[in-house]
Amino acid sequence: METLEQIRARLLLAYPAAQITFVTNPGPAAEHSLLIEATHAVEIARWLRDDTALRLDYCSNATGVDWPDKTITDVTTTTEPDPAGGPAKTVETKTARLQPGYLEAIYHLYSIALKQGPVVIRLRTANRTDAVTLPSLTPIWRSCDFQEREIFDLYGIIFTGHPDLRRLLMWDEFKDHPMRKDYVEPDDYEWEPTAHGAVLERAKPHQSAAAAPAPKTGGTP
Amino acid sequence: MSDPVASPTPFPAAGNISDAEREDLRRHGILMTSLEELHNWGRSNSIWPLQFGLACCAIEMIAAATARFDIARFGAEIFRPSPRQADLMIVSGTVTKKMAPQVIRLWNQMPEPKYCIAMGACAISGGPFKQGYNVLKGIDRFIPVDIYIPGCPPRPEALLNGLIQLQKQIKAEQLTGPNAARFTRPEEPSEFPIPAYGAHDLVPTKNDAVWAPPTPEAKA
Repeated sequence: METLEQIRARLLLAYPAAQITFVTNPGPAAEHSLLIEATHAVEIARWLRDDTALRLDYCSNATGVDWPDKTITDVTTTTEPDPAGGPAKTVETKTARLQPGYLEAIYHLYSIALKQGPVVIRLRTANRTDAVTLPSLTPIWRSCDFQEREIFDLYGIIFTGHPDLRRLLMWDEFKDHPMRKDYVEPDDYEWEPTAHGAVLERAKPHQSAAAAPAPKTGGTP
Repeated sequence: MSDPVASPTPFPAAGNISDAEREDLRRHGILMTSLEELHNWGRSNSIWPLQFGLACCAIEMIAAATARFDIARFGAEIFRPSPRQADLMIVSGTVTKKMAPQVIRLWNQMPEPKYCIAMGACAISGGPFKQGYNVLKGIDRFIPVDIYIPGCPPRPEALLNGLIQLQKQIKAEQLTGPNAARFTRPEEPSEFPIPAYGAHDLVPTKNDAVWAPPTPEAKA
């Protein structure tokens, strides 16, 4: 199979206006991926499916990732000449910048016909709050149907063009997106006979005076 | 036989003779019993479970019904597809918050007398998924449970043992008197409120009339 760089080069030939970024995976798996601009995602997905050399006819997995806002500290090293005539000093200036968060949908594509793959593509939303829309790839790969519903359920990405975008795992009245990093779980810890101190710590605020350690009756005073 | 002074009747009622004496009579071909005992004997040896499974514990429940373990030896092989015909609800597996209202609704649809077995760690307390965002921390928060079978999942033998324990409980039930069984008392609830799907959790998260959180053990 072609390398991901070759696929990207051919994609850029076919869609010169599209923004396609090569995202490296620094881990030992080295599963690199292509970050595809949302506006061209459906066309590019169709091209990946129909291209004779690739024929990525099967989407085995679609999943979401939540990337919260992150503060990145850039360190720039500058050399300042010493006015007294000594050796030049190197000065490190640290500037903190806020990298806005976003949500990602990741698709793992295989070719059953040509027995090759995977090719990993990513789509990114503009932010995590109000612009969380991505084009649905269900019209291209039927297997994305439930998986995009799951992403919608757990991460809150809204897939436009999805034939039946409803919650999959949680009930319809549920308001949260449990797999987001800032999900606040219901604080319903209770005291339980456990060796895990963290559980008991979280249960403490819920123990009212009535539920405090009951005095033993009938035993030793 | 009992002391003639203490019991003036020449033929004492079945409740007045000891079990050993009754067994002795049975060996001589005389069956002496009570309606209560006959009734409980029949009920305990023909428990029809509700046919539904929730997770991997259900696989063990199915295995218990197969030839190798053969739940039919204990008269509980007739898994009913309708709650109207079932005596026993085996909650076999993780009860998700989404599924909990349906489980409670099935329980409410079962006629009395009915019994509930919580099979496996998840049905008892949420098990390995306790405090998960979509997992109910034990079915006993909403409906009364008679038998708890620990295990993850429990082996079929454990389920059979739980069934035998339930049979013992049924055989010991009294139909009349101050200690009469729960299902004979009209003031005891047979149906339980079904929680609603809330914006963040089930509403309410537990039935306070059925379940209260454990209280911390006092330090000695």
